[in-house]
Amino acid sequence: MLALDGLARRFGEREALGGVSLSLSEGQTLVVFGPNGAGKTTLLRVLATLLRPHAGTVRVLGASLPDEAWAVRGRLGLLGHEPLLYRELSPEQNLTYQARLQGVPRRRVAEVLEAVAISSRASEPLRMLSRGMVQRVAIARAVLHEPDLLLLDEPYANLDPAAVELVEPLIGAASGRTRVICSHDPGGGLAEADVVLGLREGRPELLRAARAVSSGEIRELYR
Amino acid sequence: MSGVVDAPPGRAAAAPRSAVRPQVGLWRTVRAVLAKELLVELRTLESVPAMTLFSLSTFVIFHFALNRSSVEGDLGAGILWVTLLFASILGVNRLFVADAEQGGFDAFLLAPVERSAMFIAKALTLLAYLAALEIVAVPAFAVLLLGSPLAPALPGLILTLGLADLGVAVIGTLVAALAVRTSARDLLGPLLALPLFVPIVIGAARATAPLLSASHPSWPAARWLATLGLYDLLFGLIAYALFDFLLED
Repeated sequence: MLALDGLARRFGEREALGGVSLSLSEGQTLVVFGPNGAGKTTLLRVLATLLRPHAGTVRVLGASLPDEAWAVRGRLGLLGHEPLLYRELSPEQNLTYQARLQGVPRRRVAEVLEAVAISSRASEPLRMLSRGMVQRVAIARAVLHEPDLLLLDEPYANLDPAAVELVEPLIGAASGRTRVICSHDPGGGLAEADVVLGLREGRPELLRAARAVSSGEIRELYR
Repeated sequence: MSGVVDAPPGRAAAAPRSAVRPQVGLWRTVRAVLAKELLVELRTLESVPAMTLFSLSTFVIFHFALNRSSVEGDLGAGILWVTLLFASILGVNRLFVADAEQGGFDAFLLAPVERSAMFIAKALTLLAYLAALEIVAVPAFAVLLLGSPLAPALPGLILTLGLADLGVAVIGTLVAALAVRTSARDLLGPLLALPLFVPIVIGAARATAPLLSASHPSWPAARWLATLGLYDLLFGLIAYALFDFLLED
């Protein structure tokens, strides 16, 4: 499902990510921990085909990146720091646009808006909604096309406990999807993880099955 | 650090997964992006009103600055085309801003679509903006500055406007895509676009001048229309070949 070997990515002279090697099977969840600037978002963007790797090999859903990126587009769901939605459009208009790009039927838009409980405000411009609501719409966008691999950057940011419960079937373990999650929450992240990757300054410092990792080890990454 | 991790299999039973998703058709994608663009413009009214107000203000300024009751021929054509091209820069500068600032590029790049669909849709968007601008600006030019009646010149003017607008749309889209990912996009867009617009302003002004002649109005010379057409074709091919690379990392 996911196989990285010596993945590296630079921005100018600075190496944002280096020496990352791991594999992940279908249905597993990889949780990536690390302080700000550790390379978590860069890793997600490489896996999402939005950044090219500068060294190493990257295989996602059986396709080699960047050469076969076309083969995985439409099978990835990315939830980043930005919602990837237009502020002036309503949730319904945003998702209808995404549905047309992804080639999914229009009825799916109503389904996911219902699933994140935004239906009643689906026709208001996005800029009128709270950050938590925008995050729910962004989650709806990420799963609209039923992706095989979910790439989630702090997916529960801005969500209240009720909203976290609401989106759990879409992006949580119960979704059955293979997931890569960036998190700053040792307790919550470990509970989600099958495999844990700890990054510091772009280098992997911890890579282990989640059951063999303590939350103390994760907190150590941030010191 | 080893990449092999002895982790349990995924906790939920994974559903059978699809293979490669079929690509969404080019024109279907173009229609989707174009509809979204026009919807965003209708909601924000950022580009077309600004372009139109700029043109009207410029015609008023020329009206008083030239201190003459009317213009015609070369002078009239020059004023019309310089004003329209400067107004178009406002639209060019805003063309990709929402995509760059709100993640529209990333959302598009994640979809199983042809990259060139975005180029075609954006060029059509700019073409629509220019058409909307000219529906207001050309009659205003006739009222404020033109000495002769506009109606007899309209068929030739519409043809010239169409050919010139196509070039502006193609070059403007290419330049906007180049500039939008830089920190100096507001500066870089006009700096790149204006030199590339020079052949358009030459061809369009030369084609328009005989139409606006007060004494002997005549149809534009075929060579200037052909020049505009060839320039459109040349930049259409260049932009189509380059645009995919502009979207890539």
